[in-house]
Order: sequence, then C-alpha cells, then structure tokens
Amino acid sequence: MRVALQESFVGRKYPPTPPYEVGREKIREFADAIGDPNPAYRDAEAARALGHPDVIAPPTFGIVVSMRAAAQVIADPELGLDYSRVVHGEQRFVLARPVRAGDQLSVTVTVEDIRTAAGNDIITTRGDAATLDGEPVFTAYSTLVARGTAGG
Amino acid sequence: MVRYDEVEVGAELPPQSFPVQRVNLVMYAGASGDFNPIHWNERFATSVGLPNVIAHGMFTMAEAVRVVTDWAGDPGAVEEYGVRFTRPVVVPDDGRGATVEVTAKVGAKLEGNRVQVELAARSGGETVLARARAVVRLG
Repeated sequence: MRVALQESFVGRKYPPTPPYEVGREKIREFADAIGDPNPAYRDAEAARALGHPDVIAPPTFGIVVSMRAAAQVIADPELGLDYSRVVHGEQRFVLARPVRAGDQLSVTVTVEDIRTAAGNDIITTRGDAATLDGEPVFTAYSTLVARGTAGG
Repeated sequence: MVRYDEVEVGAELPPQSFPVQRVNLVMYAGASGDFNPIHWNERFATSVGLPNVIAHGMFTMAEAVRVVTDWAGDPGAVEEYGVRFTRPVVVPDDGRGATVEVTAKVGAKLEGNRVQVELAARSGGETVLARARAVVRLG
C-alpha cells in the first residue's frame, strides 16, 4: 500500500551543494543540443560585445545544475516519491544575471510545496544558485508530478 | 536589437518552428544529464503508457525561448522565464519527427525597460506549453 508524500518535507532546506563549475565547452554542448547558434553561447568576444565578461549560457541552462541539486530531495526514500511515475509539471527561472563560463555554482534546495491534485502527488522545489562568493545568480522552481500515485 | 521605446503591447514577435528528431533528444539527454528512457527508448516509453518517445519538457522550453532571445538580441537579458508543461511533444522515429511551433507577443511593458512576453507552443495540433511567460530587458 502506498503512503502519501511526506508533507512534513515542506519548508525543508538542504545544505548547499558542492560547487558546479560551468565550462565554456559545456555551454557550447548545451547550445548545440538545443540547436541554438547564438554566438553569445560560444564566442567570448561576441558575449563581451553584449556586455558580458565571458561566454554566457542559455536561459534554461540552470536546469543542469538545479536538477542535480533537487535530486537529493526527490530521491530521498523518506519523501516517498515514486520517481518512475514522475513527469515535469512546471518550471520557472528567475535570473539575477545569465550563468556564464567560469561560474562555480552552489545550489541551496528548499521544498516549497507538496500537495495532491486529481490523484497525483505534486512537489515543488526551489533551488537558489549562488557563486562561491555568495553572489545570487538564479532561482529555479521545479514542479514534479507523480501520475496517479495519490490513489483514487 | 529591439528598443523598449519602440515596442507596443500586443506586438507579435517573429514566430519560429523547431524540428525535433530523435537525435536532438539524445543530444539533449547527454548535455543536460537527463537520461530518463522515455526520451530515447520507444519500448520503455510505450510500456509506461506513452504513445511514443517524448521530448524532454526542458528541451521544448529551451526551444521556445529562442523566439524571445533572437528578438531581444542579448540572450543574457532574460530575467524570468516560466512554463507549464501541458502535453508531451511526441517524437516518432519515422524520418520526420515532430515540429514545435512557437508564437509570442508582448503582454506588458514593465518598469526598467523590461517587457513581459507571452509565449504559445504547439506540436501536432496540441498546446504543449501553457502559462509560458518571459521577462526580458530591452535597450
């Protein structure tokens, strides 16, 4: 018998993740994967012409860092999320500035919300990404839906 | 580059269509680290009740915002971007794959030379992103 998602997780805050170092070639790989030829993702001179100190990453690149961080929550057996039934429900980024090559980003994850709707378990996490100096870079809000796990 | 002063609420951004083939999903899986087999393994995808392999929602989200970044000129000027994933983009291995069609318009002009853009994304006649909004800073 399944157990409801642990609502006591709401508000739980996890320790900052070890830093993720953003490399130019990783940004290029990501840009290639989404088929976006924008030179600001590949050419430091092109990025500088737009006022950025180095190559910048596409607006959704933060997911590479934030999903790793959120995994510590959603894979926590104590939470009780059936990951095999999970789909991505919503995603939002709030960016203080673009992610750029050379950033070392640490993410602090907070469980924002846990609820049940139409038989689905729904969890929203918030990941605050900051540099090692403590400069906020972006916040990622991810809502995951476990289809049909909340019973009839 | 688009200038804030020249933008009117309701103005449409140039729409774009993005073809999606299986290889794009394999590349996105590798680049993002999301190796969920529903995005590359048809046998697995159909076994969990999906019609076929589906695109990562994040792949579709990344495609759609190109309508905004190509228009604004500086992709680093995007300050907010959020979507709700309503239906999957189904990507069959039939040589054609899928197409994501994205339209967008200026929903509001905000302070600080920023505008809110409302996006719509469709594939196979279905809306695949809802409540898709971006806030971008213009010159």
